[in-house]
Amino acid sequence: MKQFDEKILEVKNLQTYFFTDEGTSKAVNGISFTLNKGETLGIVGESGSGKSITSLSLLRLIQSPPGKITGGSILFKGEDLLTKTEKQMRSIRGNEISMIFQEPMTSLNPVYSAGEQIAEAIRLHQKLGKKEAWNKAVDMLRLVGIPSPEKRAKQEPHELSGGMRQRVMIAMALACHPEVLIADEPTTALDVTIQAQILELIKTLQKDFGTAVILITHDLGVVYETCDRVAVMYAGKIVEYTLAKEIFTNPKHPYTIGLLNSLPRLDMDQEELTTIPGTVPSPYNMPKGCSFAPRCAHAKRICEQAVPDLQSTGPSTQVSCWMFTPQWEQDHDVQEKVGV
Amino acid sequence: MGVSVEEKKVLLKVDQLKQYFPIKGGFFGRTINHVKAVDDITFHIYQGETLSIVGESGCGKSTTGRAILRLDEPTGGSIHFQEKDLLSLGKKEMRKTRKDLQVIFQDPFASLNPRQTIGQILGEALAIQNVVPKENRKSRIEELLGHVGLRPESMERYPHEFSGGQRQRIGIARALAVDPKLIICDEAVSALDVSIQAQVLNLLKSLQRKFDLTFLFISHDLGVVRHISDRVMVMYLGKIVEIADKKSIFEQPQHPYTRALLSAIPVPNPVQERERILLTGDVPSPIDPPNGCRFHTRCPFVMDICKTQVPELKRSAQNHQVACHIVS
Repeated sequence: MKQFDEKILEVKNLQTYFFTDEGTSKAVNGISFTLNKGETLGIVGESGSGKSITSLSLLRLIQSPPGKITGGSILFKGEDLLTKTEKQMRSIRGNEISMIFQEPMTSLNPVYSAGEQIAEAIRLHQKLGKKEAWNKAVDMLRLVGIPSPEKRAKQEPHELSGGMRQRVMIAMALACHPEVLIADEPTTALDVTIQAQILELIKTLQKDFGTAVILITHDLGVVYETCDRVAVMYAGKIVEYTLAKEIFTNPKHPYTIGLLNSLPRLDMDQEELTTIPGTVPSPYNMPKGCSFAPRCAHAKRICEQAVPDLQSTGPSTQVSCWMFTPQWEQDHDVQEKVGV
Repeated sequence: MGVSVEEKKVLLKVDQLKQYFPIKGGFFGRTINHVKAVDDITFHIYQGETLSIVGESGCGKSTTGRAILRLDEPTGGSIHFQEKDLLSLGKKEMRKTRKDLQVIFQDPFASLNPRQTIGQILGEALAIQNVVPKENRKSRIEELLGHVGLRPESMERYPHEFSGGQRQRIGIARALAVDPKLIICDEAVSALDVSIQAQVLNLLKSLQRKFDLTFLFISHDLGVVRHISDRVMVMYLGKIVEIADKKSIFEQPQHPYTRALLSAIPVPNPVQERERILLTGDVPSPIDPPNGCRFHTRCPFVMDICKTQVPELKRSAQNHQVACHIVS
């Protein structure tokens, strides 16, 4: 097991709310995690769990209004990003903290060549001449495994395949050697054989540059193969935070267990898949207690009354579930589930 | 499933199917070239089974589904459904036959009319095929909603009031409305979250048993395919590279492409350490596919013969066909 102990990013009780006509949506509702130098942290969850809003919040890219970071702190190398001015943030984005998005076609400018866009990112943060920046852009394209980079640098995004566009995005994100790379579903739009190439590439580049990576994904297989630690999100909260391998051998939270069981397996036959009953609660109408309680087979009265805290259950595992607290045994009232 | 060899009845037979899409260009909008989306494929589907087509984007799996329904007019080949040649049918007869051939699409947001209530959407399907007399339609719709696990009150509501999983259930109810024999599921669960996906997969399986349905299941997700299929067909760049029983394709894949595809999927299994075959490069353009075997540009085991001669789909084992020079 690799040891990571130098903290680079520390998120404490982050809250991002959206104020809309329909009410207040607590998209990210008090989450805390740390990222160490050189490690990969996976954030998994289904749609609406708040994983993408978390990543946008880290770079203060939440559109306001309707969104607003209403509380908490984001410590990057000891300094709170939430107190920075917009100008200071701009010098951090793409330079010290970079991001890759799911859809490379919509995040690349269609009228500039791949090389120009990378060179622009380099020139924004480094004092380099046009020619030098261009050469560096070509070097970056070579580094991310694009064949004949001199030629490809002159091409526009529509002339590149999906996998190649994602490589261009990675080249751009890593051009300034950031300390943190946030990858939001970087391979979701790609075919599996291309996904394997891109994940391999991110892993190698991470090793070479010592970059810390936050990988946001809905794919548990991707987490298993690329991450060191993982945070499982549900309805705006982290429900389980542990080592990536641990989550598959010893999942704790009922939601994590449900999620793993509902995956169709490649390595064994199942007649029927175990499902999680019901659906994710509406963000405008969250349950009073644990937000998973209405779908949880183990829920007791306490689960419906109060929100459980994220608590340690082992040296590197934290779970937010009443089952792992002393109060659990005292609550004898098992709720009858109707219509689940 | 559980059907012995003698009892197996072929429901759909596809012979040398070709689907080329013209590329217009030049001064007078002439056809300058073709995208060979599906290029000479032959296969069949047995009554009551689930055949899956897997492959990456651009391999022709969706085009095959659309060609069977004649949503695109195939360029060549023949499609027989219960001995009936679909490609020779007139417009009117084809519409009648579509009663037996239904489809469920990937995007439940785009495939339901936002201005119709669920009752109207399902009622329209019943009216077009005229399978149920007018006065019984309401009760039939209620029954259909029950089959897919939705409440009868849903009838009065509009698509936007439903979640993605519920909308996909409505799409399934619409396909079921006319008592079809074959349902083509084109990436039917790909847009759903895993917990919802599991619910819909279980529903499809139970409906198949209940109504003796045959599925042509098109998907890029091999985990889902393994769960739902009886047989699996792997496509690459418009060609079939391998067809086999589920068990043999997952346990003894023979074509190098199938093997690479299987090894590329990240599996959350700590016990099973696998060796990954990392393919290099991208899928070539279907406008000008490589000569010989279409996979030869990325194949780790490429030989000289692969570059010139197209490998035929040949039987390599019981219920297993492969198109590869190495295997034959």
